[in-house]
Amino acid sequence: MISAPAYDLEKVRADFPILSEEVRGHRIAYLDNAASSQKPRAVLDAVDHVYETGYANIHRGVHVLSERATEHYERSRRRMAKFIGAQSADEVIFVRGTTEGLNLVASSLGRYALGEGDEVLLTGMEHHSNIVPWQMVADLTGAKVVAAPVTDRGELDMDAFAALLNDRTRIVSVVHVSNALGTVNPVEEISRLARERGAYLVLDGAQAAPHLKLDVQRLGCDFYCLSGHKMYGPSGIGVLWGKKRLLEAIPPYQGGGEMIRTVSFERTTYAEPPAKFEAGTPNIAGPAGLAAAADYLDGLGIPEVAGHEARVREYAESRLSEVPGLRVVGTAREKAAVVSFVVDGVHPHDLGTVLDQEGVAVRTGHHCTQPLMERFGVPATARASFGLYNTEAEVDRLAAGLRTALEIFRP
Amino acid sequence: MNDALRDLYREVILDHSRRPRNYGAMDAANRQSDGFNPLCGDRLRLFLQVEDGAVRQASFVGDGCAISTASASLLTEAARGLPEEEALELVEQFRGMVSGEGEPNGESLGKLTVFAGVRDYPTRVKCATLAWHTLRAAIEQSEETVKTE
Repeated sequence: MISAPAYDLEKVRADFPILSEEVRGHRIAYLDNAASSQKPRAVLDAVDHVYETGYANIHRGVHVLSERATEHYERSRRRMAKFIGAQSADEVIFVRGTTEGLNLVASSLGRYALGEGDEVLLTGMEHHSNIVPWQMVADLTGAKVVAAPVTDRGELDMDAFAALLNDRTRIVSVVHVSNALGTVNPVEEISRLARERGAYLVLDGAQAAPHLKLDVQRLGCDFYCLSGHKMYGPSGIGVLWGKKRLLEAIPPYQGGGEMIRTVSFERTTYAEPPAKFEAGTPNIAGPAGLAAAADYLDGLGIPEVAGHEARVREYAESRLSEVPGLRVVGTAREKAAVVSFVVDGVHPHDLGTVLDQEGVAVRTGHHCTQPLMERFGVPATARASFGLYNTEAEVDRLAAGLRTALEIFRP
Repeated sequence: MNDALRDLYREVILDHSRRPRNYGAMDAANRQSDGFNPLCGDRLRLFLQVEDGAVRQASFVGDGCAISTASASLLTEAARGLPEEEALELVEQFRGMVSGEGEPNGESLGKLTVFAGVRDYPTRVKCATLAWHTLRAAIEQSEETVKTE
């Protein structure tokens, strides 16, 4: 007999103070992890530790607190380089989150690589943050934004994607894991196709970081972005990774302190990466929390976490399939811990309100993916997204809440 | 259904959401306006026939949650026969009631007081007010799609 893999769910849950909160008379069942995840004690402590023992502005003071703060910050950078498989910590730029990372790449790589008539190839399942920055830089450069279609299962149509890649395609920017559907895209295959055409590849890893073991070398991309708050770290801190020679080649994003070597009214020269892209006083304590989140995930083992989440998701898909009139939107063969669904005769927003009364938190709406909602012909979906602390009992509460909603709206 | 939900989803609201009144485009309409709630994707188009400074008929089409559908449905009943000025005053009364900023005037709001429970659900206020903002735009003949954000 094969025994179940060891995953101490009770112990994991005890690491997250907020999970013992009661809302509306119920223990919280937090199923909105794709929007933002909760924080383990170790992350909260790591942030406090910076403020309590070594806080000052970084890279500037000659005094001891500045030295300590700088050491916290740079140690965290080295930790995140290891977390994503970067060759060097100099390739890790701290940003506010994936949105800022994508805006930075779109602006700086776009101005470097795009000209009139060039193309940026996206997919139909991108988050607005991987659409709008490219449209903005396309307006400046005269380039065109093209989107590859999504199949009925919610997978990228790879034949159509390959056919849309052409000699004018300068940049390919793709979501690694879809926030709205959970689809895991075949990024290594995408990388091979992009390389054949000489296009740069940018990956939006906001949803991938908490679920997949990352190795930017193996993925074969040129840039990778992630958000701390979706991987159990603090909000307001994330990582943009880029290949060193590209970070050296592309122009800076924001100008200000820290990102310069010399400034005069005649001529300013820029610092080397990563400082080149970190203008101004950054989020000083956030990186320590992010590094602690990386430690936490690696401590549990990302394959073990993914295995647990897959069991909870499969259980959810089976329980939800018993709800009359419920349709899961996005049934990709490779999926992360997301179940997006609609229920006949009940608007997702009403589902969300009824579930909230039961202490079950889900997201309802278009998930910042309006073109994808259009593709599936729905104005919105309800989305349950699972994290490393969710339980099958919470899925049962979700299913029970949906039945309550049916009694109200479809008596 | 618990008491809190019963306060929000009053029977009248559920009834109008399941069977919206005055649903459909209106050939005789001389005013029309579009409303959109970007947060949840709710859309509606409101049709008015205005004669001699008063709303003769109102109808709507759209796609939305129970609160926004019932609100539009009850609006089309409440607005019928109102002089434009009074319709605009009713928009303010309704907005004040569901946002919790005003004391609802039961006399002028009548049946619409079933929406009073919305004030306890801050995320749902925009669902309830979408049709009413759209009514104001239709009366004031604003061309732009009304957004609740």
